[in-house]
Amino acid sequence: MSRAILLAPLWVWLLMLVAAPVLILVVMAFATPADGVPPFTLGLRFAAFAMLVEDFYYAEALLAALRLAATTAGLCLLIAYPMALGMAAVRPGWRLPLLALLMLPFWTGFLLRLGAWIGLLRDEGLVNHLLRGLGITDAPLALLYTEGAMLAGMVHAYLPFAVLPIFTALIRLDPALLEAAADLGAQPARVFFSITLPLTLPAAAAGFLLVFIPAAGEFVIPELLGPPEAQVIGRVLWQEFFQNRDWPLAAALALVLLALLILPMRWFQKLGAST
Amino acid sequence: MKPGRLVRTVMLAGFLFLWLPILLLVGFAFSADRIPFQWGGFSLRWFGVLAANERLLEAAFLSLRIAAAAATLAVLVGGGIAFALARFGAFRGRALFGALIGAPLVLPEVVIGLSLLLLFVALEGLIGWPAGRGALTILLAHAGFGAAYVAVVVQARLAEAETSLEEAAMDLGATPLVAFWTITLPLIAPALVAGWLLAFTLSLDDVVIASFVSGPAGTTLPIALFSMLRLGLTPEVNALGALVVLVVGSALALAIWLLGRRRA
Repeated sequence: MSRAILLAPLWVWLLMLVAAPVLILVVMAFATPADGVPPFTLGLRFAAFAMLVEDFYYAEALLAALRLAATTAGLCLLIAYPMALGMAAVRPGWRLPLLALLMLPFWTGFLLRLGAWIGLLRDEGLVNHLLRGLGITDAPLALLYTEGAMLAGMVHAYLPFAVLPIFTALIRLDPALLEAAADLGAQPARVFFSITLPLTLPAAAAGFLLVFIPAAGEFVIPELLGPPEAQVIGRVLWQEFFQNRDWPLAAALALVLLALLILPMRWFQKLGAST
Repeated sequence: MKPGRLVRTVMLAGFLFLWLPILLLVGFAFSADRIPFQWGGFSLRWFGVLAANERLLEAAFLSLRIAAAAATLAVLVGGGIAFALARFGAFRGRALFGALIGAPLVLPEVVIGLSLLLLFVALEGLIGWPAGRGALTILLAHAGFGAAYVAVVVQARLAEAETSLEEAAMDLGATPLVAFWTITLPLIAPALVAGWLLAFTLSLDDVVIASFVSGPAGTTLPIALFSMLRLGLTPEVNALGALVVLVVGSALALAIWLLGRRRA
């Protein structure tokens, strides 16, 4: 009885704020844009989806987003794995301060960190200032609003999320296994490749997905640091909604993005259950 | 190079990569130069300029109020959901219940923002509430995803804490409510505090979802910052960054000191 009283408002909350919005998204994707407030008329039309198929612009935006997400997650993994190895190898007393050092940037404000990258990379920014001061370049290099700037911002924002699961897996490794391998004469490299790496591979995959999934829908970093032609899906959805006021098309784009992310999400869930 | 040294070098480079932009942002906040990230001698003038920027201050104040309210609501709801999932055993619809609370953790921000906006528009059309969009709709949206994070943190704590204490209390005659109040709540209090802080930070940091569900009256600090950064960077942003790092840093130092004192 008392359970029902506690559960009822929680159900209302979840159905209202999670289930209903997604259902409305589906309804909206089949509506028609119209002049007015709000700018649509309901119906069952496939115009938005037809547009997504006909105009290659949208397919390209999806591909660009997946490519950006995969590149970001790959770069994060390349840096995160050795970082996690290093963090797991320090004396146990140092682990907590290093963990704090890893997660603290997350608490300093996402937009402020992007502001720092703008200050570093723009034409009259610090990097160009130094390059000219050292006599390496005469004219400022175009660093901001490039693929490189966008990737730097992406890796900077997401790197800690890739390190965390790998670090956790590394410190949970049974030391007896490593010692046994060493006692039996395995060189450190052999121990790493035959024990440490295989046992932490699921965590590395989890780290990859933890970056890949949010990065695929990223809007702010491509917008503030990327080139105008980096039209990823998050940016296109934003423009369709805010500039073109085409709500049905924006909803259809959101559904397609969700559909593309279902497999990575399922994979991530499986990894979570097994680790 | 030996593998151990290589690993340590990459680790240090990684930390440098994470921290150098932030430290430079903070350092150049004290530069007099009008161009950000150029050293023009020590000066506090940009803190004065920041303090005189009423639009930004108003946005910051609004953000803090929304974040505090959203985090509190998120702790109530997320805590309740975690308790139900950890202590109610199998109830009807449990799988759906768990899937719904987990969804905001994996859904892309643009999808959450758009879908919540559509919900608020539909609700206004159907029942007239919430009328218009602004602080209230941002609060609800932030409490929505905040609750998901709180639920994860609290559920982990409840899974660690054994049920035997609660059972013992009830065997000794405590009502479930008393057992919850005297046993469970103190056990999960640290998780509730951590969850509150997490929801607070996420709300304070969110620009995408807030942009979708806010109206003209709902300019939060991230929304104001985002429109500033679109035009480039001003030294005021450096000053704001320095303030944030200072506040967060001292809060963390305080937390570590308090934890250390409790252990001693």
